[in-house]
This record gives sequence, structure tokens and C-alpha cells, in this order.
Amino acid sequence: MNILEIKNLTLKKEDKILLNNINMEIWDGYVHAIVGPNGAGKSTLANTIIGLSGYKDISGDILFKSQSIKNLSIDERARLGITLAFQEPARFEGVTVDDFILAGSKEKKSEIIDEALLKVGLDPLKYRSRAVDKTLSGGERKRIELASIYAMKPQLVFLDEPDSGVDIDSVKYIFDLISEFKKLGITVILVTHSPGVLKHSDHAFLLCAGKLICKGEVKKMFEYFTGKCAPCTHIGNPDKENGV
Amino acid sequence: MERDKILNELLSSIGLHKMGSDIAHIEIHGNQVLGTHLVDGLLVESQSFDDGVNIQIRVKKDTKIKNPVRFCFGLIPENGVQKLNINTIIEENASASFIASCTFPNAKNIQHIMNATVTIEKGATLYYFERHIHGPEGGVTIVPVTKVIVKEDARYSTEFELIKGAAGVIELDYKSEVYKNAVVDMKARIFGRLKDKIHIKEAAHLKGENSVGVLTSHIALKDEANAIVENEIIADAAFARGHVDCKEIVQGKAIARAIPIVQVNDSRAHVTHEAAIGSVDSKQLETLLTRGLTEDQATDLIISGLLK
Repeated sequence: MNILEIKNLTLKKEDKILLNNINMEIWDGYVHAIVGPNGAGKSTLANTIIGLSGYKDISGDILFKSQSIKNLSIDERARLGITLAFQEPARFEGVTVDDFILAGSKEKKSEIIDEALLKVGLDPLKYRSRAVDKTLSGGERKRIELASIYAMKPQLVFLDEPDSGVDIDSVKYIFDLISEFKKLGITVILVTHSPGVLKHSDHAFLLCAGKLICKGEVKKMFEYFTGKCAPCTHIGNPDKENGV
Repeated sequence: MERDKILNELLSSIGLHKMGSDIAHIEIHGNQVLGTHLVDGLLVESQSFDDGVNIQIRVKKDTKIKNPVRFCFGLIPENGVQKLNINTIIEENASASFIASCTFPNAKNIQHIMNATVTIEKGATLYYFERHIHGPEGGVTIVPVTKVIVKEDARYSTEFELIKGAAGVIELDYKSEVYKNAVVDMKARIFGRLKDKIHIKEAAHLKGENSVGVLTSHIALKDEANAIVENEIIADAAFARGHVDCKEIVQGKAIARAIPIVQVNDSRAHVTHEAAIGSVDSKQLETLLTRGLTEDQATDLIISGLLK
């Protein structure tokens, strides 16, 4: 069953086509990856599906559980169960980790904060009363953002470059959390240009220059991505490659 | 009897009912001192006049006052004037925290005027926190004018908070002189509503080597409120360091203006400033929207954080 369907999705910005007639089907309960080189349109696609400002001049449709969501606001989509962890999480002066995590949680209980922080390898005693501001490192804010998503228990989550800015010892918590999401039945879409992250998915889509180039099982996509995209000499011009 | 009734009403309006004998407290209604309870090392003298009250506060040399001293200033009636002339001296190596609650729960036309001088002697420390609690309609004009002298190795921190109720008119003017190795840290956190008019002037004159000054103003405005923030740091001495931070979130028809002034008169000093005025940060907002909060809920959370 598909939890999300993208139908002929095209996004324009100032007469430039950023997403070009994309069709995708996202199976419910799996870990998917959207891969591609820098500038391929991966984050743009995620932001468009989430409905962020600046990503609204679209044609085509976005169906969540067979219902069009393209005219819904960000928070309406979120209340249906669709959310996003940003590549570079925002800083919130004065907003405590407690308040931030509970903001999106249906359960307004202290226990959920502890549980969520432990899932991302952060000690609740050290972090709960701290502000989600510049006193935290980028990696800490990233893990706290993921903790807030764990507490939210969405149905579909985009994780935009989930390993970026996270130190090597902490990356395992991110990967464990991805597995945990899957166990909980949460559909995950990893937005990444990292082969290491791609390995944690069940299925992948390859984007280049705003176009969907191919899709398939991870092993095949991994070979394609590392074998063809990494050494690519005509970035942003995928049509020249083997007639794709 | 009438005195006790007013005192109870005053304390109830700030949610304070009973304090232990080890907590010093002073209550002033209008220009009348209603109650004083002191602890060792703290001296307070007062003289009431028809048009004001003079208060001398002294923390004796080497005294460390364990619990914060609680001040309650206010007026229960709808109209009136409270004029406080306060002279505070924290003697050498003494330390204290003062928490002042200023309450005008029924205000329609009230003036709260404070002229204060604060002297922090060598090696002494004072933390002063002032919380204003106003009614929902404003109706209060607040004019606190304070001059602070922070002597060698001393430290002065102050926070002015007005988050509950409408501000009315605020004309806050704090000036400080900061000497060798001394620190001044002034913060103002205000939520302006309705037709509130807020004018904040904070200044730190860093006169001594290694002196430090930090001026922070965090303001949220909505409706037709108006705020002007003028923060100034002048550094005269070697290795003096200063920072001015002004953040204002503006909603509705509110207007905000920030004028940071920084001046360095010694090439070995360093002063920085940052000012951000505008609507709620879009990335913060969108992050919370993606968690399912409505725009109003998200904005409230962001503003409550800024004013925390």
C-alpha cells in the first residue's frame, strides 16, 4: 500500500524548473531514500511535499493516503502525520529541550521526553532544561530535533541529510532511530547524498537536476550512485548519460 | 486594619503570601512603607512624604545575604502616583540578590516613578530582578531612572521583566559606570500589547581595564505597540569588552526601532552588537509547524522563549 503518491509533480521558481514531472510511490512502513548529487533537488522535493513557503508554485499532485494534500498548510499536513527533520535545525532562544520536544508530542508527559532523548543518545538530566539555542552544537540540535520527531510519532517522516553535522560516535544513534521508526510502522524517507546513509534504506530513488532518474532496490541504486554519480562529469545534465 | 488589608492585597497580586523569618522583605504601597523585615547585615531606612518615599538600602561590608531580599512596590487603586527615591549601597565584598515585584493590578491611570542610585563597592555583587505585573488594559506609566556605579572587581546584574498584562508607557533609563575588572549585565524582557509605548535606554560606560558590559533587550510587540531601544556601550579602557544584543519580534501593527551605539576609545578594547527586528523567524516557525502546531501556537512558543 502506498502512503504517499507523487503525480507529475513540477515545481517552478522564478521561471526555473526545480522539479520536473516527478512521479513516485512511497510504500507504507518502509525506509526509502532519495539520493543524488548536490543540487539534484532532493531537499527541494522534501520541502515541496511538506509545503514549506517558497515551494508552492507546483503542478501535479501530492496524495497522502490517497487524498490530495497540495492545498493544505504545513501544520495541516503535520497533523495528518507528515513531518520533516531539517538538514540544519533551527535555533530557539529560550525554548527548552523539554518544551521543544513536547510541542509536537500528543502525549504531554515527562517520560516521553526522557525516552526520546535516550533514543538519540542524550542524557535527559543534562539536556532537558537547556535551551535549543546556540549553546548547543549543530550535532546536538540535530539529535534533539530527531528526539522531537520520535515524540511526535508521525506516520511519514523526511530526514534531510540525517548524518550531517553529527559526530561519528553519535551517527549510530541516528541509524538506530531509523530502525526504531520502521519498527513503529513509521515510513521514513531519507534525503541524502551519503552512500553510508543510503545503506539504511529498503528502497531508493535517484534524482538529478530535478528529474527522477531511476528507482529500485538499494543494492542496485547504491551501485548506480557510487559508480555513475560520483565520477559524473556532466553534473546537472542527466539526459546525456546512457540515454537515461 | 486597612493597612493589613492593603498589604494582603498587594502580596496576593504577586502570588506571595508567607515568607520565612530568614527572608528579608519590604512592602511599599504608593508612598507608604507598609512592612519591613530585615536580616543581619541589611540596613533599610525610609522616609515617606506626600509626593514620594526615600529609601536607603545598605548591605554591610563582607555580608553575604543568603536568601533574596523581596521588595514589593505597587498600588491597588485604579489611579495614583508612586514615587520612589532609592539609594542602594552594597559595601565591599558583600553580596545580595534583590527581587522586586511591581504590581498595579487595577491600574487605569497610575504613575510609577523611580529614581535610583546604586553603588556596588569593591568586590561586591548585586543581582537585581524587577518583575512588573500589570492589568490587562495598561494604564500605567513607568519611569525608572537608575544610575549604577560598579567599582573595581564588583558585579551588577539586573533584569527588568514585564510580560504579564499590558505595559502601558515605559520610559526605562539605566546608566552604569564600570571600573577595573568589574562586570555589568543588564537585561530587559518586555511584551508590549495594545497601544503600549516602550522606550528603553541602557548604557554602560566601561571605564576600567578588563571591565565588561552586556546589554540585552528582548522585546515582543503586538497590536499597535511601539518600542524604541537605545543601548549604548562606550569602552574607554584597555581590554574592556562589551556586547549589545537587541531582539524584537513584531506582530500586527506594532512598530519597533533599535539604536545600538558602540564606541571604543582604546584600541585594546572590543565591543560588539547584534540587533534583529522583524516577524517570527521563518525557520523556527516552519519547524514548529511541521510538528503540527498552529501558527499562533508556534508564535507563542517562540515569543515565550525569547522572553524567558
